[in-house]
Amino acid sequence: MNRHLLSAADLSRDDALLVLDTAEELAHLADRPIKKLPTLRGRTVVNLFFEDSTRTRTSFEVAAKRLSADVINFSAKGSSVSKGESLKDTALTLEAMGADAVVVRHWASGAPHRLAHWIRGSVVNAGDGTHEHPTQALLDAFTMRQRLGRLVGLKVAVVGDVLHSRVARSNVLLLETLGAEVTLVAPPTLLPVGVEAWPCSVSFDLDAVLPKSDVVMMLRVQRERMHGGFFPTTREYSRRYGLDARRMAMLPDEGIVMHPGPMNRGVEIAAEVADSVRSTIVEQVANGVSVRMAVLYLLLGGGPEIEAGA
Amino acid sequence: MSATSWVLRGVRPLGADPVDLYVEDGVIVDAPLSGAETYDAGGLIALPGLVDLHTHLREPGREDAETVETGTLAAALGGFTAVHAMANTEPVADVAGVVEQVWRLGQDAGHCDVHPVGAVTLGLRGEQIAELGAMAESAARVRVFSDDGHCVHDPMVMRRALEYLRAFDGVIAQHAQDPRLTDAAQMNEGVQSARLGLAGWPAVAEEAVIARDCLLAAHVGGRVHFCHVSTAGSVELVRWAKGKGWNVTAEVTPHHLLLTDDLVSTYDPVFKVNPPLRTAEDVAALRAGLADGTIDAVATDHAPHALEDKETEWAAAAFGMTGLETALSVVVAAMVETGQLDWAGLADRMSVRPARIGRLSGQGQPLVPGAPANLVLVDSEARWTVDPRQSASRGRNTPFAGRELPARVVATFLRGRPTVLDGKPT
Amino acid sequence: MTPAHPLPPRPATPRPVSGDPSAARPVLEAADVGRALTRIAHEIVERNRGAAGLVLLGIPTRGVTLARRIAGRIEVVEGTTVPVGSVDVTMYRDDLRLRGIRPLEETEIPPEGIDGTTVVLVDDVLFSGRTVRAALDALSDLGRPRAVQLAVLVDRGHRELPIRADYVGKNIPTSLRETVHVLIDEVDGRDAVLLGPADVSRPGPRRDEDGADQEVVR
Repeated sequence: MNRHLLSAADLSRDDALLVLDTAEELAHLADRPIKKLPTLRGRTVVNLFFEDSTRTRTSFEVAAKRLSADVINFSAKGSSVSKGESLKDTALTLEAMGADAVVVRHWASGAPHRLAHWIRGSVVNAGDGTHEHPTQALLDAFTMRQRLGRLVGLKVAVVGDVLHSRVARSNVLLLETLGAEVTLVAPPTLLPVGVEAWPCSVSFDLDAVLPKSDVVMMLRVQRERMHGGFFPTTREYSRRYGLDARRMAMLPDEGIVMHPGPMNRGVEIAAEVADSVRSTIVEQVANGVSVRMAVLYLLLGGGPEIEAGA
Repeated sequence: MSATSWVLRGVRPLGADPVDLYVEDGVIVDAPLSGAETYDAGGLIALPGLVDLHTHLREPGREDAETVETGTLAAALGGFTAVHAMANTEPVADVAGVVEQVWRLGQDAGHCDVHPVGAVTLGLRGEQIAELGAMAESAARVRVFSDDGHCVHDPMVMRRALEYLRAFDGVIAQHAQDPRLTDAAQMNEGVQSARLGLAGWPAVAEEAVIARDCLLAAHVGGRVHFCHVSTAGSVELVRWAKGKGWNVTAEVTPHHLLLTDDLVSTYDPVFKVNPPLRTAEDVAALRAGLADGTIDAVATDHAPHALEDKETEWAAAAFGMTGLETALSVVVAAMVETGQLDWAGLADRMSVRPARIGRLSGQGQPLVPGAPANLVLVDSEARWTVDPRQSASRGRNTPFAGRELPARVVATFLRGRPTVLDGKPT
Repeated sequence: MTPAHPLPPRPATPRPVSGDPSAARPVLEAADVGRALTRIAHEIVERNRGAAGLVLLGIPTRGVTLARRIAGRIEVVEGTTVPVGSVDVTMYRDDLRLRGIRPLEETEIPPEGIDGTTVVLVDDVLFSGRTVRAALDALSDLGRPRAVQLAVLVDRGHRELPIRADYVGKNIPTSLRETVHVLIDEVDGRDAVLLGPADVSRPGPRRDEDGADQEVVR
């Protein structure tokens, strides 16, 4: 593995499988009386969040603590460009504190790449702007493999605001690496120009894609998009791209429904779908901890001496 | 260097066979004078002093990023004898007082001529036309007007400004960028922006404005010049408008002739520029357009920034790159070494035509007796590696850092006086 | 003393042996290995007065196979089934920062758990004692056995911690630079213990900790 996890594209097939296999072993920890391993004792993990995301931050925090790392939560909210400490100064501060890893969530695409440029520790991208969210893709792949037993040849529909979705970008890259076939489904306004170069197919028609999909992953519709002119009304969006019980019934028998959360019930996903047995939404949260433990172990467990020599 | 008489021995004018050039009292003369200082320029290529239509000197207002002194020194080192200083200073150069101040700062610095560009609209706000006449008739004799950094987007404002400037033979240098189509845009819209998750800056945002302004200029008989055209479509449109015989000119920056948008993959804001770096196809079209004369001029869009405005997240960083000291070398790499322009062609696009567009009578003249001795001597065999720390400009934001480039400016003469000699400021 | 020698992650199990096995000489042949395991099985039963309350936990990879074989022999002798499981010690190792991360192995505790039982840890080679130390730490996070015992096929000496085996198949005096390869039929296609010369491709006086498995990180 690289020293950092900035993009799902950083992971080779072997790397990705190593993360998933490691996470699978670590998942058993949840069943044990003592849910803690001594592996990262004495290491410091900084959660550097420039954007609110309680669920992702908590997931990383639990993961790091279960590995006995010291965790510092560094909230640098206030996304203003002009005021506050610069990213570089923040990086230098964390460096001086001896951070072994920085888990960074940032409103700007590419901010983790810049951070990696300025600090010696490992940088884990916990979601950057409209770019990527590689640990989300890893936990999604983990969940798919857990439910369906395989990833190679799996047909995955990713539905919704692909244009602004870091989850979609990371999933397309990782699932391609792992041999699954992705179809993006969205109104044309919510697909990026240039999507044709991505290793996936594209459709505007959810009803046509669902019967052929082992997995349907619903993306969150951001509230600001609802007024951004990307689609006429929320109602029309739900009608064309929302997943309700009728549409869910079009899935194959084993088909599952995923959502990275937080959900807009009644917009991209109906409540009865979110709560159905096909839904993996709660498992995704649990798996997030295992996958993030695996990532932290694989990036940090070896220590800096190893990375310098490798 | 107090000599006023020079024998430049063995120079190759526009790359031709070696001759001796004689300079006396700021003018090229046809016979050597006794007592003249001899400069052994064996094999150096002599070009008319370069003219930049598009420079940001940042003074007044952002002297931390650049001053007229540092910017014009960088210009001289890059072989320029005249630069046009853009109007987006603080305060904006939208009144005679500011353009005269910049003009005087240039005179005082003495490294090259500074021709202030006047703002088209008050405060660059695109609403009310500034006092173009007062600026034209000021000591600065402004002929180029631009809201650069902003597009004169309102079609009626653009129409009126084009019409009004006919009275002074002025030209509007349009920054062609539809603001709505580039809302929050960060980089060229295409394969790379999709991958990098950065808001796209479509080619059409530039081309739509160029198309409109060609039609407007034709309609009112005005003169429009397009700043930093960056797309293949823009080249096509300018070629079409010129084919109609309309009064349209265009410039391209050195960086758009060499760099492509895949450099953004590093998220290093040194590659963040307006208009954005485009694709290899666009670069090829820009080079072809410059070669066939569709694009008239190379202009640097030298845009120095303070370090803290570039050492940030991509989205938070300022747009712009420095360019004065690398322009000639980059154009040699992109155009001369590829066989698309010879030295005469380079002189035409970097001196003759920009001087004509800016209506500068003393610049861009052939190197013949009687012409003002504005010239640059270039070592075409030299190769050098760009090191931002060595820059005379206060800006360190060169996208060419660490690159090896061909050709070096050895000497620059401004009206017979060397501003640069042996590659160093005099 | 520990060489800070960066090692790449191990390949997937079964891991190949290191060095040049052809240069190694057998110190135990298949029949010897079989006899040693049979003896260990008998000793375990004898020491614990039967098989009741016993759990065999192998340390992956070869320790697990050995644990299964010992359990099979106990079953033959006692007529009762002994629960067998595995305990991966990777996350408890004290050398991860020096030697790099390793993929995790399976930890599988019998459904009855280990509280109140007598756990017999099984590994192939006992060397520095650090693997066993890690296994004891792991066990304490998994439950509270009444007692913990240790069975190894080979004890090659050179302990760095106060740890000893309760059951030893064979004591093999070695130099620090020698390598011990345990080959197990289920993993390697045959049973044998090989003693090999030092692997010159690796610097440093010490190979690794206990267990041929750990020795063969490649």
